[in-house]
Formats: sequence, C-alpha cells, structure tokens
Amino acid sequence: MVEEENIRVVRCGGSELNFRRAVFSADSKYIFCVSGDFVKVYSTVTEECVHILHGHRNLVTGIQLNPNNHLQLYSCSLDGTIKLWDYIDGILIKTFIVGCKLHALFTLAQAEDSVFVIVNKEKPDIFQLVSVKLPKSSSQEVEAKELSFVLDYINQSPKCIAFGNEGVYVAAVREFYLSVYFFKKKTTSRFTLSSSRNKKHAKNNFTCVACHPTEDCIASGHMDGKIRLWRNFYDDKKYTYTCLHWHHDMVMDLAFSVTGTSLLSGGRESVLVEWRDATEKNKEFLPRLGATIEHISVSPAGDLFCTSHSDNKIIIIHRNLEASAVIQGLVKDRSIFTGLMIDPRTKALVLNGKPGHLQFYSLQSDKQLYNLDIIQQEYINDYGLIQIELTKAAFGCFGNWLATVEQRQEKETELELQMKLWMYNKKTQGFILNTKINMPHEDCITALCFCNAEKSEQPTLVTASKDGYFKVWILTDDSDIYKKAVGWTCDFVGSYHKYQATNCCFSEDGSLLAVSFEEIVTIWDSVTWELKCTFCQRAGKIRHLCFGRLTCSKYLLGATENGILCCWNLLSCALEWNAKLNVRVMEPDPNSENIAAISQSSVGSDLFVFKPSEPRPLYIQKGISREKVQWGVFVPRDVPESFTSEAYQWLNRSQFYFLTKSQSLLTFSTKSPEEKLTPTSKQLLAEESLPTTPFYFILGKHRQQQDEKLNETLENELVQLPLTENIPAISELLHTPAHVLPSAAFLCSMFVNSLLLSKETKSAKEIPEDVDMEEEKESEDSDEENDFTEKVQDTSNTGLGEDIIHQLSKSE
Amino acid sequence: MAGYKPVAIQTYPILGEKITQDTLYWNNYKTPVQIKEFGAVSKVDFSPQPPYNYAVTASSRIHIYGRYSQEPIKTFSRFKDTAYCATFRQDGRLLVAGSEDGGVQLFDISGRAPLRQFEGHTKAVHTVDFTADKYHVVSGADDYTVKLWDIPNSKEILTFKEHSDYVRCGCASKLNPDLFITGSYDHTVKMFDARTSESVLSVEHGQPVESVLLFPSGGLLVSAGRYVKVWDMLKGGQLLVSLKNHHKTVTCLCLSSSGQRLLSGSLDRKVKVYSTTSYKVVHSFDYAASILSLALAHEDETIVVGMTNGILSVKHRKSEAKKESLPRRRRPAYRTFIKGKNYMKQRDDILINRPAKKHLELYDRDLKHFRISKALDRVLDPTCTIKTPEITVSIIKELNRRGVLANALAGRDEKEISHVLNFLIRNLSQPRFAPVLINAAEIIIDIYLPVIGQSPVVDKKFLLLQGLVEKEIDYQRELLETLGMMDMLFATMRRKEGTSVLEHTSDGFPENKKIES
Repeated sequence: MVEEENIRVVRCGGSELNFRRAVFSADSKYIFCVSGDFVKVYSTVTEECVHILHGHRNLVTGIQLNPNNHLQLYSCSLDGTIKLWDYIDGILIKTFIVGCKLHALFTLAQAEDSVFVIVNKEKPDIFQLVSVKLPKSSSQEVEAKELSFVLDYINQSPKCIAFGNEGVYVAAVREFYLSVYFFKKKTTSRFTLSSSRNKKHAKNNFTCVACHPTEDCIASGHMDGKIRLWRNFYDDKKYTYTCLHWHHDMVMDLAFSVTGTSLLSGGRESVLVEWRDATEKNKEFLPRLGATIEHISVSPAGDLFCTSHSDNKIIIIHRNLEASAVIQGLVKDRSIFTGLMIDPRTKALVLNGKPGHLQFYSLQSDKQLYNLDIIQQEYINDYGLIQIELTKAAFGCFGNWLATVEQRQEKETELELQMKLWMYNKKTQGFILNTKINMPHEDCITALCFCNAEKSEQPTLVTASKDGYFKVWILTDDSDIYKKAVGWTCDFVGSYHKYQATNCCFSEDGSLLAVSFEEIVTIWDSVTWELKCTFCQRAGKIRHLCFGRLTCSKYLLGATENGILCCWNLLSCALEWNAKLNVRVMEPDPNSENIAAISQSSVGSDLFVFKPSEPRPLYIQKGISREKVQWGVFVPRDVPESFTSEAYQWLNRSQFYFLTKSQSLLTFSTKSPEEKLTPTSKQLLAEESLPTTPFYFILGKHRQQQDEKLNETLENELVQLPLTENIPAISELLHTPAHVLPSAAFLCSMFVNSLLLSKETKSAKEIPEDVDMEEEKESEDSDEENDFTEKVQDTSNTGLGEDIIHQLSKSE
Repeated sequence: MAGYKPVAIQTYPILGEKITQDTLYWNNYKTPVQIKEFGAVSKVDFSPQPPYNYAVTASSRIHIYGRYSQEPIKTFSRFKDTAYCATFRQDGRLLVAGSEDGGVQLFDISGRAPLRQFEGHTKAVHTVDFTADKYHVVSGADDYTVKLWDIPNSKEILTFKEHSDYVRCGCASKLNPDLFITGSYDHTVKMFDARTSESVLSVEHGQPVESVLLFPSGGLLVSAGRYVKVWDMLKGGQLLVSLKNHHKTVTCLCLSSSGQRLLSGSLDRKVKVYSTTSYKVVHSFDYAASILSLALAHEDETIVVGMTNGILSVKHRKSEAKKESLPRRRRPAYRTFIKGKNYMKQRDDILINRPAKKHLELYDRDLKHFRISKALDRVLDPTCTIKTPEITVSIIKELNRRGVLANALAGRDEKEISHVLNFLIRNLSQPRFAPVLINAAEIIIDIYLPVIGQSPVVDKKFLLLQGLVEKEIDYQRELLETLGMMDMLFATMRRKEGTSVLEHTSDGFPENKKIES
C-alpha cells in the first residue's frame, strides 16, 4: 500500500454545461462547451464526451475556434489566461497570460493576431471590451499584455456583444442602449429605445444581440419578448428598426444562421423559433424542448444548431429543426426534494431531475443514464405557476419497486397529493406504473420507507404524514381469471396522540418500525402492528431517525432540531448516550455499522463518522463545505478500497456523496483530480474519424470478427493472415466515395489479390508489434487520405478515377 | 423533444360489479320474454339440430317452441299424469319423456301419438336420455332402478338396481354408446356400462343429487345437489372442486356452447356462470322465482329458464349491431397496404418502424394549441358532462394547473354560463369532484358578481347552488357530530387497552373542512 494522502473533498457530477454558448467544430463533428474549469469536447453524433481539456485554474468563461486554424480552440478563464488547444488530441498548445479576470472571448477572422475579451478593470461592475494582441512566440507560456480598448460600460454577458458583417462593427447592448462601434471609422453610435422613458414599467430592456453575417443588420432581443431588427445604423438619425413578436417572455438568445437567411430565437417557453427571411409570417417552431433555452449556437458548416438549456442540457438540432442528439449533464437548477438515493440495480444516483422527472445519474461514468417521467403531465413553463412537485421517492425490494409522492399546494387548504408505485419490468428494463393512490394522506407526506429486509415475503411500504397518521401499504394479489395483477392497498393506519408523524424507518431485519411523532419516537412490531415502546427525550422535534446495522442493530439513533443526537438501546429501552451535535444529514452505510452525520455551524459543515455502539467518532473532518449540506448518501463501491489507516477505513466499502445548498455534488477522495478523471480513449476518436458509410458497416463487422479470429490464430499457430485494415487497397476502397470509384470489374481482381498472402513471410515474433505500429500509422494515414479525397471531390469529380487507381496501384 | 402529453383523466374505482368480458357477454341479452306454463317447468331441452326448437316439460304437457315463437308450435299432452324430462335425440327427430305413472314414451316430432311406450318402471320416471348410438334409451325412476331400453323392438335390455333411493337425474355419454351416468337421492352418482351388469364407477356426492352433467370429452363429471361438485373421471372419480356459491339446492346444470363456461341454476333464484378453467363465478343472473330447469341454445343465442311458478323466461341474444353506415369514402386500394410487406429482412438491414401516430382527444388537441376556452366548451357539452363528468373535472383541474381557469370561464353569455352552473349543481356535492369544483365555483362567482341580477335564469341557478352548499354544510356538520360521538366511544374502549391505535376511515371529513373554509 502506498502512503495515503489526506482525504480531500472533491467535486463530482460535472459542472454546468449551459454556462456559455456551445461551439461547433468546423466540420460539425464535435461540439465544445465550457464546464467549470474544463472544456468538454463531445461528439455530435454519439453524444459521447471525447475529451476533457483541463488546464485552467478557474471557471472557463469563453471558448472560440481559432479562425486561422479550425483544428484549434481558444479558451479564456477567470484565472486570467487564454489557452490554445488542439482539440483532436486534447493537447494544450499555448498559454497566453493576460493577468486580469476574463469574462468572455471573441475572435475575428479579420483580426488575425488578436482576440477580444471582456475584462473588468477598476470598479467591480464596469466591464470593458478590449482587444488582446497575441504575440507570436514558440514558447509554451507567453505574456500577452498588449491590450487595446474597444468599448466601455458594457454588459458582462457575452450574449450582449456581437461582431457583425465580417468584423466591420461590433454591437453591444446594455439596459436600454444599443452601441455600435465601427472599427474603420473608430466611432461609436448609440441608440436608445424611446419608449423606455415614457412608460414606467415597460420591459423593453435589451437582453441579447446578434449580427447578420453578411448584411448590415443587427437583431436584438428584449425583456418583453420582442425582437428588433436594426438597419441603417450608420446614420444616427436615419436608423430604422422592425419588430418581430412571438415570445411572451424574455428573449434569452438570438442567432443568425450561417447564410443569414434565418434568425433563431428562444426563451423561457422552451420553443426554438426560426424566423425565415426576417419576417413575422414566416416562422417555424421546435416546441417542447424541456426547459428554458439559455443559448443558441450555429455550426460553421450550417447544418446543425444547438440550444443550451437551463436544465444542464445541450440539444443538437438539424437544419430542418429535428433534434438529433441530447447531451445531458446532472440536472441541477431546481431544488432537490427527494434527496439522494441509490438505485440498487444500476447503482446510479437518483434525484429530482427535469420538472416532474427522476434522473438516474451514473457516478462511475459521470453521465446521466435516463429520466423517468413521474408526473406525466404537460409541463407549462410559465412564471409564477405552481407546479406539481415530486417531493418524495424511495426504492424498495432490491430495486423492484419505486414509490414516489407528488404534491401541489396552491392554498393552505387545497392540497393535491398523489402517491405512485412503480414496478421494475425486466423485459423493458424500466419502471412501469403499477398503482396510483390519490390523497394517500390528508396532509403532506413527510417520510416514506420500504421494508428492505431480505426475508420479507410481502413488500411493505410505510408513509408518515403531517396529518398525524402513518400508513402501512402492502402489495396484494389483485388477479382474477382474466389477468394476473398485483396492487398496493393500505394495511394499517397508526397514530400517536394526533402528533404529526415526521420520520419513519424500518430496522435492518424488518421486524421493527420506528416512527417519530414530533418529539416522541414510537417503536412498532411490524407483524402485529402493536406499539412496543416509546422514547422521548424532550429535546425538540426529531429530524432524523435511523436504526443501527449489523452488530449495532440494537441501537436506534435520533437527531433532534435542538441539536442533540441520541442513541437508544432497544434491548434495555433506555438512552445509551447522547451528544450535542446539530445534525443536518444522517446517513447509515449499507455495508457497515458506520453512520455519517453532517453537522451545521455558522462557519461551515463538519462531518462525523461513528458507530452507534460507541459515542466516540471514528473520523471527523471539519469544514467540508462552507454552505449548508442538504443531502448525503453512501454509495457502495464496486471494488473495495484498502485503506489501512483507521481513520479512513470507513471509506473502504462505500463512498460518501453529499449535496450542498448550491446543488454541487461533492465526495471524499484521496486521489488527485487528474487521476480521478477517466482517461478518454484515443480509440474512440480514431474510430470516429472513419466515415460511416454502408461499406463501413459491412466491413466493420467483418473486421471485428476477423480480429477475434486473428487473436485465436495468433495464439494457436503462427501462420498469419493479413489484417484487412492493414491492406491499403481495402482501406482506400473504403475511404473513397463510391461515385468516384472505377468500375467493380476493375476493382475486383485488385481486391482479391490484396487479400492473398504476400510471399515474404515475416518472422512470427515481430508480427504482433508490427501490427500495432502499422495500425496506428494506418489510422493516421487514412485520416489524411480521407481529407485529401474529400478535397478532391469538392474540386472536380471528372477525371478522378485515374488518380485513385494510380493511388491504389501504388500502394499495392 | 417529447410529444404533447395528454391530460391525465382521473379515474375512480367503479363500485359494485366489475366490468369484464364475461359480464359484457352475458349481459348482452334482450329483456326476457315470459311465457306462462301450466305448472312448474321441470325440464327445458334444446333440439341439437336447426332450427333449434326447444321442448318444455311442465305439468302433464310437453310444449315445443320455435326459436322466437311465444306460442308452442307443438304440444304433446297425452300424459295421464305429470310428464318429466322431455329430451331430444341427437338428430332432433325423436323425443323421449318419462312420466309420473312410471311409463316412458317416445314421440316422433312430427307425430302426435307416442311411437313407443316402454313399460317396466313401477314408479315415476324422472330422467330419460338417448345413448350415443341413438338406438337406446336410458331411464331412471323412483323405484331405485335404472333401465336401458331398445328402441326398435321397445324391449328392456338391462336393469340396474344399485341405487338405494330415487334416481332423479342422469345423462348418457356423448362419445361412448355404452356409458351413462345417473344421480340419485342416495347421495351417489354412478356410472354404468351397458356391456357389464353393474356400475363401473361410483362417487359420493354427499347430498341428494339433483342434476348431473358430463363434459363433452367425457373426462369431467359435474354433479349438483346442495353444492356443485366437479369430478375427474379419468382419475377414477376424484373430486376436483366443490362450488359452494349457491345458498340453496342447485337444480340444473348446463354448459355454454364453447364449453368454457358452466351454468348452474338453483332454488335461490340465481343462475351462476363459472369459468371451467378456474371454477370461479364470472357472472350471475337473478330470476323472479326458484329455478328448476335451464338450457342454452346453440351458440348461446338463447337462455331459457324454467321456474317453480310455471314461468318460462326466454332471453335472446342481442343481434350484433350492424353499423352499415353511409356509402364509404373510397379507400386506397388493397395493394397500397401490402406494398413492400413481402420484403424479407436481410441480415444487415436496419429496421426502422414508422412512428406510431398518437391519437389525441379533441379537448387535448385544443389544449395543445392553447385554445383553453374551446377546450372547456367541448367538455361542458351535455353529452360529456352527463356521461363522463370526470373528464370535465379533469380538464377544469388542468386549466387551473395552467393558471388559466379564470380566463377560460370569463366572457360567457347566459346560455354558456348556465351550462357551467348546471354542471356545478349536479356534481359539486360529490366528494371526488368537490375540491376542484369548489374552486371553479369561487372563480365564477368572482367573475360574474358584477352582472348578477341581469338574467333571471342565471340568478336562479346561483340560488340553487347556494342552497346546495348550505345543505351540504348541514350534512357535514351532522357527520362531524356523529364522528365525535364515535370517537368518544372509541376513547372509552381504548382506555382499557392502554394503547392509542386509532383506525377509522374518514370519508367526507376533508370535504367538510374545505366547504366551511
């Protein structure tokens, strides 16, 4: 065992992907988006994350393609640097140190050696657009201090700056002003919306701006949902604007298509609107995108759009307004009611996701698995509407059952409550609604728990509610001669002096049920539903309740609102110990006796790990987070770690994740962040560079089979067949577009010849290494050739046959 | 991304009988035709051949009815005493009947006088049947004997004297000409083989046996007395199941034409339908008097039930609703539909299914396009409000969720607002709709308060609504008082036990709070 490092708190679950506009690569194969301190490179086809570019030390605030080399990417960050990346290989090429916080980045093809950034100089909320000259130098780190001022007093958001008509002017909006700076004349025109002064509540503040790529036309979005198209702005007097109005809420972002024929807009309605020819009549919609559109971007090739949404999602949309791919991060923008849960089947983290959905998030692959639609109603995205909220959820019976509670409370007396029970269907690999219970209680449900004992023959669920009752629900046979069916019914209703039931919890073997009624804990026998005993400490309402596990199963723990943690012994029915601890989160580890408690103080949150049998904690970590910790959960590890030090042993079999008030998911780790990141495979990239033609499908399969065969033959006998991909003739055949290939009759003999064994036999030892090397070379070669053929195809199609044939024969 | 999600219509459990395919099937009969006979109808038997006439034995007469005739098309009345068990032969041309005086008479359907008379029983013959070879007749009588007769020369072939009490029921196997079964008041059911001189099988029913039935395959035997019992003949008469669904003696049994359902009629005035796979009751009919006989026509077209009061109840199946509507719009030719259907999937083909088109209800279509007033109009249509009030309530709830209920309710004229008020008056007091409708009523009152007094029709409706609410409040108050009394009683009981478990269902309790508030 290596010397262990200290346990550190590590962020996980990815950062928000919707912080800035996503950027497409020149060939629309990749999409880049900022994500915390990283830049993520996704494939637009497979939705997979291909690379994570890490190097910045603070939030990345802007990314742009290098206009001079479309295989390179600029990024700027709050750490004051601009970095240049090779995104195909994920390599940092250069770092330009500017020295002040950079808030946004713009590039222009016309300004070759400089980029534009937004900085704030003296005062905290005054932002300037400056141009930074990037010095040409061969060293890795270059100082770039040559700043030239362009515009002052602008908005911080990059949505409010747009460069227009091949860099002739730049438009910036702030509040009620539109400023246009002309680079040639070096003058600024400022336009003010007149109505803003007359009406007190007119909401025509500017929210975003976009410039037509070829014409002199600026589109601006406004708070009241209008889009204004500005023309003739060279003249301060003669300028005109026209209005487009469809959005009823603020326009969040605008983008012109590459040719400028259509304008895209989006907002809270979660509808992408395409305005054709800038007229109000000609518009197309892509509705129901799920959440507020925050950003819109257009690929340089013009075939794809993408929208970033407030639920941490990027949707890639085809030119014909068909969504083609979704890149979904951990949904974070809403408050988490359900807490953190672990799906026993997939080991995924489960919590509130999109409105009305539960999200299943794989912690291993850091990727959202799927969303389960719980509420199943059309989501109306409107300000001030009271939505149905998914408030509670619980898994039971090893992931076979899922119980969810949804509620909507408009007024004090009007509560809509619904409990749903979902059964896991092995055939469809998903949850299917089994039972729907309207108004299971007359007031909010405060706790929900399944009996998860291994030998329990009948699935049992307990709900505790503010109406003073707890109800026991059991699965009953509901089948008749027509169908087999099971359903849930209420088996028992219990109460204790009409106090509000606040928590419920089953013991590990399922024989006891603990229900807390405000200050009092009651213990019930789960067979006869008799009240066995009560515990009362008069130390405030019980906030958390849990049984000890394994060897500590005779203990019951309760944390109260007055900051007391109590441990009762169930055998002696007496208080074992208590401690003064303001517990916010208390979670038992499913694999051990350990219990993690997070306490809250004015300074921050502290973690205590202890066993119920002894009041002395195993491990204490102070200041795990400055914010309030809302939820925590233990996640069983696939492969147990082997920490020898006593303090870290609690992390051997499970990992502890917790969620703070600002929705960041944190965990404990001893590894450095670089190690933690899964190295993205280069293979993935190489495979993707192959064009997906029908030939590829046929031969790809064929090749895989052959690979397997080959491996066998390698082991058994040393006679070797040539790999198909190593034969240049075949790879060229594959990479050449079909319509430029010579006739099949001509190719046939060549193709067959290429499959024959060559006469010079290689020695058996060399072969495997050779193969590897060749493979690598081959993939690189094919890349280049691929590019080449594509270029050729663009220029002319005639007289190409010979060229290719020549190539083919040469490589043969 | 995802398509429009239709409004979730709240479903409520239907109290009472569940609607299953069986209840639909067995309820699909017209109202019964009642025919008065001269005495208790002891036997009804359908001719197995078309036109499926049926013979009804009552008192000293046998009436033959046509399928839809209410008058007998033929009568055999030459019995000196009560006739019993008129049964058709398999070809429908001969009819055999026993009688109180111990005679067995064989009739030709076309003739009037008996063709044969089998004399030999000394007491009343309650059961007769043709064997599977059509040339023999089996009879059982109150003299404890079972006799087998030869039709051509009207001779007695065999006599079995194994029963020790009246033989009241019997039937012959449909497959084997030598096998037949009789049930007797000595609590036994015996199977006889004409090739031997004694019974080959005997099962103990436990009560006097009133009716026996062999399944067409001959593998299962059903006997009815106080209970209906099913026996497995192939296992040597093992009891399969005992059906105790009637609370009086079961007098008659019959199988549906498909053989999937077993019907039993009883003195408790009920006919029960069982599934022959699970032997669960799937349906039940009620009749006015105790049932003595029961028969089903070919394809279950008719159910005929004879009762002790001499009434014959005939139910005909409703004819399949033929909706030959107006000349149809010309559809695309058949070959358009089969185009490409015979294409065999190749190995590497990728199958892409055409996305299924989702059908949306009209109100959903309106809601999808945010036509809220129109959606509300649609569900306030009288056909919808009367037949499916839950849809109307669900739409009102959905509009409320969208925050547009006030907009949808506003701007209505006298006729439209009276539609809304009618609906409220009819459904406001129902506990399942109350929370939603009270909210809607409040909104309506808020909107239309300024214009009140302009239309007498609407004013009247409002007064009606007010009266309804007041009545409901009084009612709820009474309920609360009762609940309080019960709580007190419970509390005194609980004192002794020393626990504080409280179990009661609280219907109507939440509504009370809401209305008062």
